Amino acid sequence: MSDPIPVDSVGVVTPQTYHFETPIVLACEQALERYDLVVETYGELNADRSNAVLICHALSGNHHAAGYHSVDDRKPGWWDTCIGPGKPVDTNRFFVVSLNNLGGCHGSTGPNSTNPATGKPYGPDFPVITVGDWVKSQALLADRLGIDCWAAVVGGSLGGMQALQWSLDYPDRLKHAVAIASSPRLTAQNIAFNEVARQAITSDREFHDGRYYDFNTLPRRGLMLARMVGHITYLSDASMGEKFGRELRDQAYKFGYDAEFQVESYLRYQGERFSEVFDANTYLLMTRALDYFDPSYEFDGDLSKAMAKASCEFLVLSFSTDWRFTPARSEEMVNAMIAARRKVSYAEIDAPWGHDAFLIPTPRYTDIFTAYMDRVAREVGA
Amino acid sequence: MRADLEIIQQWVKPGHHVLDLGCGDGTLLDFLKRERNASGFGLEINPDHITTCMNRGVSVIEQNLDTQGLDNFEDNSFDIVLMTQALQAVRRPDKVLDEMLRLGDEGIVTFPNFAHWRLRWGLALSGRMPESEALPYKWYNTPNIRLCTFKDFEALCRQKGIRIKSRRVVDGQHQNNWLARLWPNLLGEIAIYRITREKQQ
Repeated sequence: MSDPIPVDSVGVVTPQTYHFETPIVLACEQALERYDLVVETYGELNADRSNAVLICHALSGNHHAAGYHSVDDRKPGWWDTCIGPGKPVDTNRFFVVSLNNLGGCHGSTGPNSTNPATGKPYGPDFPVITVGDWVKSQALLADRLGIDCWAAVVGGSLGGMQALQWSLDYPDRLKHAVAIASSPRLTAQNIAFNEVARQAITSDREFHDGRYYDFNTLPRRGLMLARMVGHITYLSDASMGEKFGRELRDQAYKFGYDAEFQVESYLRYQGERFSEVFDANTYLLMTRALDYFDPSYEFDGDLSKAMAKASCEFLVLSFSTDWRFTPARSEEMVNAMIAARRKVSYAEIDAPWGHDAFLIPTPRYTDIFTAYMDRVAREVGA
Repeated sequence: MRADLEIIQQWVKPGHHVLDLGCGDGTLLDFLKRERNASGFGLEINPDHITTCMNRGVSVIEQNLDTQGLDNFEDNSFDIVLMTQALQAVRRPDKVLDEMLRLGDEGIVTFPNFAHWRLRWGLALSGRMPESEALPYKWYNTPNIRLCTFKDFEALCRQKGIRIKSRRVVDGQHQNNWLARLWPNLLGEIAIYRITREKQQ
């Protein structure tokens, strides 16, 4: 990094790996005999262990939520805009825990880890993981860290689903759940986009039924396409219009099919880069976890009955131009909480960036998030 | 303590589940939570008020009565529905009153009296739209688009089969005033009404 690290950054951080030797039984009824979770923490746990905040990541996220891994890093962690000294999740007051979820590809046990039974990467033999499984593993991590009760569990998108699941599965182990740009269940359109992404990956000739590691190759093409489709759903028509418009890379049409428009070359570049750093099997797993998530499933689709299990307070935020998880999806969640008489606050934030808005610090978003977390901190004496 | 909070508090029983339409910065809900252990929600559209509510621990939902209605709330899901100084700012106060009594057993409504003598006097003398402490806006930018008098409100309640259980009249500082009690529609600036559905025969 050419510039010095900003003062409102948590600075240089080092991930830690926690080994778990007790088998974890998953929703699919398979068990992982042993597994690792890679974790970063920011700030200090206070004496009564009441100021811990869990950050849950979204589809392509990982444990590196804030700060830099070295002074040479060009970019900070994925949610550095919201986590740090004086930021909404204020590391001067909170002890922040961020992990790479089970099934991930950034160090926690996942499809690209070695299967102890075969000595080869798990690949397609890695069990399908659900949001509930993640929450279960996060609770085991909390045990390990000596955290009985989170001051808050916080997440955007798929991360918000984990916060919601926490409130239902471990109601006594969190005081607040913050679900930003999230949804209580995917719509048919959401699942359809996931299916296109999965088809792109599995139909790549280099996919080899998920055993590409054994062939020393990667389904780059498929993962790139999956990411391109996904990326479109994270942006809004207006934000793409503002960023690229109909701008051409050269002055004139070339009457061919190469990337001529800026938006084409941007998507290709993003997709190619992603396909080098992300594991295709993890992408399949994450999209399936999204598809399956539906806390109302065991209550005949009645989300308010599910919400009756929760006892924490909720903050739900949506963004006006988010068409992946629209404000209506957040309101569905909020209305179920209202019907179940849970304590919930909700705001729809005007922002032009579509789903990605949860990563971008607009004034109203920052104000609300800061105001709410300030109150959480006061409550736990932080 | 503000006299209106004191009056409203008397009508809220301990542990009541309360909905506050246009809850502002959450002062009333916060007060009822502390004094009456009341639970519930406030609805608000002003961004700064919403942020303040969240910071003080008042459950607040961003929801616009005019454009979104109250369809997301179930029948009889609250003990009391409150609406302080907001009835005059909604597009259809008559429908909001119906909704209040669909959601709750009781409603508490406060609004400024457009028949207060100072407003009458101002209009008579200057021939221009009155302004006051309670109504500090110009005619073209006022959010108060449905101003009425105490008599107007009571006529609407009669027409709708809404029973007025109590009425308290206060001045602009929410203070009790014996003159206002004597000639409310002339001397009262703000009224606090406690309403309910007329019992079905």
